[in-house]
Amino acid sequence: MNLNAGQILLGAFLVNNILLMRFIGLCPFFGVSNAVGTATGMSGAVIFVMLLATWVTWVLFHVVLVPLGLVFLRTAVFILVIAALVQFVEMFLRKNMRALYSALGIYLPLITTNCAILGVTFLNIDYGFNLLNATIFSVGTGLGFTLVIVLFAAIRERLADAPISRSFKGYPIAFVAASLVSLAFLGFAGLFGIAF
Amino acid sequence: MDLLLLLKAAAGLGILGLLLGVVLLVASIRLAVKVDPREERVRSALPGANCGGCGYPGCDGYAAAVVAGEAPTNACPVGGASVARQVADIMGTDASAPEPVVAKLICRGGTEQAPNRFQYQGATNCRQAALLLGGPKACIYGCIGMGHCVTVCPFGAIRLGDDNLPVIDEKKCTGCGACVRECPKHVLRLLPASKLVYLACASHDKGRAVKAVCKVGCIGCGLCVKNCPVGALKLVDNLPVMDEAKCIDCGICVHKCPTNSFIDRARGRPRAVINNNCNGCTLCATKACKFKAIEGEPKQKHRVITEKCIGCGECVKVCPKDAIDMVGALGHAHSSPRTI
Repeated sequence: MNLNAGQILLGAFLVNNILLMRFIGLCPFFGVSNAVGTATGMSGAVIFVMLLATWVTWVLFHVVLVPLGLVFLRTAVFILVIAALVQFVEMFLRKNMRALYSALGIYLPLITTNCAILGVTFLNIDYGFNLLNATIFSVGTGLGFTLVIVLFAAIRERLADAPISRSFKGYPIAFVAASLVSLAFLGFAGLFGIAF
Repeated sequence: MDLLLLLKAAAGLGILGLLLGVVLLVASIRLAVKVDPREERVRSALPGANCGGCGYPGCDGYAAAVVAGEAPTNACPVGGASVARQVADIMGTDASAPEPVVAKLICRGGTEQAPNRFQYQGATNCRQAALLLGGPKACIYGCIGMGHCVTVCPFGAIRLGDDNLPVIDEKKCTGCGACVRECPKHVLRLLPASKLVYLACASHDKGRAVKAVCKVGCIGCGLCVKNCPVGALKLVDNLPVMDEAKCIDCGICVHKCPTNSFIDRARGRPRAVINNNCNGCTLCATKACKFKAIEGEPKQKHRVITEKCIGCGECVKVCPKDAIDMVGALGHAHSSPRTI
């Protein structure tokens, strides 16, 4: 696959948006999209963890698993490594970077075992990205996550005030709204000839 | 072959797991953060409503701030005096009850003063009305007047007045802030119960635009800012912002305001009276009084024009001869009278 950096970024950001096109990471999408503030905090944690996880798993996969012929172990190994890594980073932040810890703190453990993180690390391997492209891809994915969850949180803040019949109040109307937003994102399909 | 692969996989995962376990163990020892035991105790003394009324993110945030010495021990508005005492006991400091706060409406535009720009037919609920072009009221900042605050007040302290503006019963108001959070226009604010003078307008529009939609809206002229003797007012975004720590409730802004946008809750104010010590230096008339309430020839005893005196007490400060007395007390709206 020959893609330049811009195509990878845009593809991850809009065309194949992780939430609305790939439908990965839906638990935080509905769980913490009640308010724009929490959505932004969560997005920060996602970008942060996604980037870390990408680097560590990419190196681990190509330096350890491939030479040893243990490629089939990647699911177990990636989960283990990502969970341990985030645990470690959380402790490190708490000790040395208090400001960042209080900004991301409560969201870090929430996102650790999320499928969005695992999904991105797998996609990086499956697409055969080099480390630079993998970095670009995970940043793009993280930004796409941010865009959608913040937009959607704003929609949900308005939904909270809207006169909605009781049977639709809360999650039902959120799911309906999400499907409409997803339809809207379908408009990006094939943008600039990106289809991966 | 298969057995070998199995062994390799098991060994690989085992070693990885062991390695990560050791790293985390070492990290948890080396990177341990000592938590002040008092933090836990302060936290358990707090109501745990996580309402944010103290200005910190939840009870945990406030407990941490108290232990760090950044927050006062009496900042919890929900817990009031009893919680303040417990927290102060834990921290080993004096307990003083937080000053009670009450909700105040910072809009005076009733149906008379601030008309609607369209006829709204829908659910009579401010939050829902606000979703439709910001509500029917012509002033986009003003109170919509459908009494959502009345419904949400858990203490029945708010009723809707004749002019469709909420009236808050300060004896019943506990300062919980429920109405403040619910008001879609943010025209309810928690102010110290003892506060006498405050601006009752939220419009950031320029003078002309305000005039067009409201008779009592602040036009941002800045007269109050110019005349404030203690510099407690600052014009931000066409609206004077009051520094409550500096404000002395003198009432000058109330009387200087051309649009009557300030509210003065004082029932009565003292009046200045000049005694025989006066040597006619004219300092009070020329320098201090902003209301031309003192008259007299130079070198002659001066006289206070009672109708014009608002009782701010500025003249007393400049008089070199102690010739001015303030007569009468500052009648407070709800607590016992106090003097300036």
